[in-house]
Amino acid sequence: MKVLVPIKRVVDFNVKVRVKADGSGIDLANVKMAMNPFDEIAVEEAVRQKEAGVVTEVVAVSCGVAACQETLRTALALGADRGVLVETDAELQPLAVAKLLKAIVGKEAPQLVILGKQAIDDDANQTGQMLAALLGWSQATFASKVVIDAAAGHVTVTREIDGGLETLELKLPAVVTTDLRLNEPRYATLPNIMKAKKKPLETLKPEDLGVDVSPRLTTLKVVEPPKRTAGVRVADVAQLIDKLKNEAKVIP
Amino acid sequence: MSTYSAPLKDMQFVLNELAELDQVAKLPGCEEVTPDLVEAILDEANKFASGVLAPLNRAGDEIGAQWADKAVTMPKGFKEAYLQFVENGWPALSCEPEHGGQGLPKTISVAVQEMWKAANMAFSLCPMLTMGAVEALELVGTDEQKATYLPKMISGEWTGTMNLTEPQAGSDLAAVRTRAVPQEDGTYRVFGQKIFITYGDHDMAENTIHLVLARTPDAPEGVKGISLFVVPKFLVNADGSLGERNDAWCVSIEHKLGIHASPTCVLAFGDSGGAVGTLVGKENEGLKYMFVMMNAARFAVGLEGLAIAERAYQKAVVYARDRVQGRAIEGSSGSVAIIRHPDVRRMLMLMRTQVEAMRALAYVVAAATDMALRHPDAAERARQQAFVDLMIPVVKGWLTETGNDVATLGIQVHGGMGYIEETGAAQFFRDARITTIYEGTTGIQAMDLIGRKIAREGGTTLKMVIARMKQTQGELANHANPDLAAIAAELEQGIAALARAADYIVATYGKDVRAVAAGAVPFLLLMGIVSGGWMMARAARVAHDKASAGDGDPFYPAKIVSARFYAEHVLTAAAGLAKEVVQGGASALALDEAMF
Repeated sequence: MKVLVPIKRVVDFNVKVRVKADGSGIDLANVKMAMNPFDEIAVEEAVRQKEAGVVTEVVAVSCGVAACQETLRTALALGADRGVLVETDAELQPLAVAKLLKAIVGKEAPQLVILGKQAIDDDANQTGQMLAALLGWSQATFASKVVIDAAAGHVTVTREIDGGLETLELKLPAVVTTDLRLNEPRYATLPNIMKAKKKPLETLKPEDLGVDVSPRLTTLKVVEPPKRTAGVRVADVAQLIDKLKNEAKVIP
Repeated sequence: MSTYSAPLKDMQFVLNELAELDQVAKLPGCEEVTPDLVEAILDEANKFASGVLAPLNRAGDEIGAQWADKAVTMPKGFKEAYLQFVENGWPALSCEPEHGGQGLPKTISVAVQEMWKAANMAFSLCPMLTMGAVEALELVGTDEQKATYLPKMISGEWTGTMNLTEPQAGSDLAAVRTRAVPQEDGTYRVFGQKIFITYGDHDMAENTIHLVLARTPDAPEGVKGISLFVVPKFLVNADGSLGERNDAWCVSIEHKLGIHASPTCVLAFGDSGGAVGTLVGKENEGLKYMFVMMNAARFAVGLEGLAIAERAYQKAVVYARDRVQGRAIEGSSGSVAIIRHPDVRRMLMLMRTQVEAMRALAYVVAAATDMALRHPDAAERARQQAFVDLMIPVVKGWLTETGNDVATLGIQVHGGMGYIEETGAAQFFRDARITTIYEGTTGIQAMDLIGRKIAREGGTTLKMVIARMKQTQGELANHANPDLAAIAAELEQGIAALARAADYIVATYGKDVRAVAAGAVPFLLLMGIVSGGWMMARAARVAHDKASAGDGDPFYPAKIVSARFYAEHVLTAAAGLAKEVVQGGASALALDEAMF
């Protein structure tokens, strides 16, 4: 069976992000970019399923600027078989990405789409769910274990929920989003980095897929979180209670 | 815990703008070297270095390699890391494709090696020594030796060692006494003791392949009677499987100042009847082969100086930002992080800019090595090789001496906390200390530089290099950008000092060799400092052009600041060093030996 792994190019998790001076967004100029860590987990899971003989082909897909090719090459170096780039300079919001992915699913006909539960840049946590809804497929989010039974046509997913773990059985085809504890992604091997260059990478435009990606939401302003101010020493418990009540307003 | 993250931006800048990777990529066999491939390799190597190797560095230092019952046990985690290193294919990076290597140019492997060394110098020595043994076998091994050993050594499944030193034969290998006795079946039995054998025994790989210098029974005295043998820890059967344990044992390991995780072994060959070995290359030519490999080994040790300096700098910056102590000298409302204090800032700049200059020189020499090996035009190959030969002792000597200086500064930035082992700054200082000693001390590098590389050819290659330096300087002189003009002014002084000292060496070497030799190390440092200034001037020029063309990357103005600081704080030492060389020889030798 074929698995589609959507991946997103984001600011590297080691980078301290800076807000643009005009408050219009994050400054991405000259910032190191990398694959969204949750998507790395998704790639790893798909590759492991392939190595286990359950999956026959892993297709990585990314939507965004031309430089997303580098991110796709990383996925290919980790073991994906081929890449698809939907290239656009437009700002992409989760719904637009979900629509693009739906179109790709239409072309590729995978049995499973596995992707990160959220991207570490906007933390939206929406794309997987929207995609499942658009496709009318089953979905299981925040997966910490994925067991595919292709013959029976279902996948068993253990999810991390507030109260503990929940196990669901989904009918294929399905959408699964990955949580942190699903696996630990491997380091790419040197031979695979070299081979990744030669693996096929197809580039499409949103127009080719007939998808309108124009944003539905408007960003009003992006600001830094407020700076932590210096602490004060309180004279006694009474003053502390008073401050918690009247200044911080954290107790009634 | 001290972390490491490779300075990818500076590495890429140096590779692309100074080492001219695009030219290397035009060489035969380097067609695959595209910028995106290089970026991917550096990215992934950085992940491995920072994620797997760096976290082991501290424990490796604290626990160290352990010896018991003629065998070495590596510190916890090293074996797993090494197996992963092998599985991920890193040992094969620059090896010849014929036996399973990836055949990538040295210009790329230099950046990757810098990462291994910075992340965990003690670990990095194992693949480095294996690489030396691989090169020896590739160079002069028989087809059978190549087929038996190379694939598994290139993959890293087996590791290699270089057995040169004996108790009475250190810098002077003419004194080697280990014997190799020919047998009727064409093999030899090796008897003797070798010391200072890096990774001579360990538990990370199933076999260790020793390359051993020894004398055959009727060999001539001195350097002309030394042959090279391959002596595996486990004999290899015809089908490639491991056979009997050979009579080569680790009888102890040294207790050292640094690189504690790297086992430095005493190896006993032939205590129970003789270690089975086979001759590599021709009899009595062993030392010649060693010299062929020496450039690569010396270059690699030079990189250790650079790598440790980078690591020490990263650690010092983190501490200087974090440590709050004292008010700002110009006045402040409260205590400030020590990075605000001018002297701490000066120390950090000294560390940073020397690291940048060292990296630039090392990568440029690496690119020249690729050119010398692969360029289609023989004259160009010879020109590049002459540059490499001249620069090898400078890369080895200057980078390691400066690496020590930078590691010392790293401790100084930490103040009293730097003298405490728990902080971690001291490890870099201790680890760096060996680099000016092994693979030929700085004194030996300096003698090689002034004798074989300069005096013997009347300074021809050096004069060509000085001409190239002057060209760079001329392009920046009176530049509209005042930073570039200031850099050019200092570089002019530095080049003049280098030329003065070089003229003195060429003129005096034949007449008063002792006086010249007394100034050899100052000359080596002078040449390093001025070569570094040349590289920084080139870097500043590129940075200026990029910024002027509208590239808003803050990396470029920072590079210009670095280059100017280097010109005004490091390059300024050139005149004093030249005076040491030209005038100082006599006073260094004047005191009667009895007065010491």
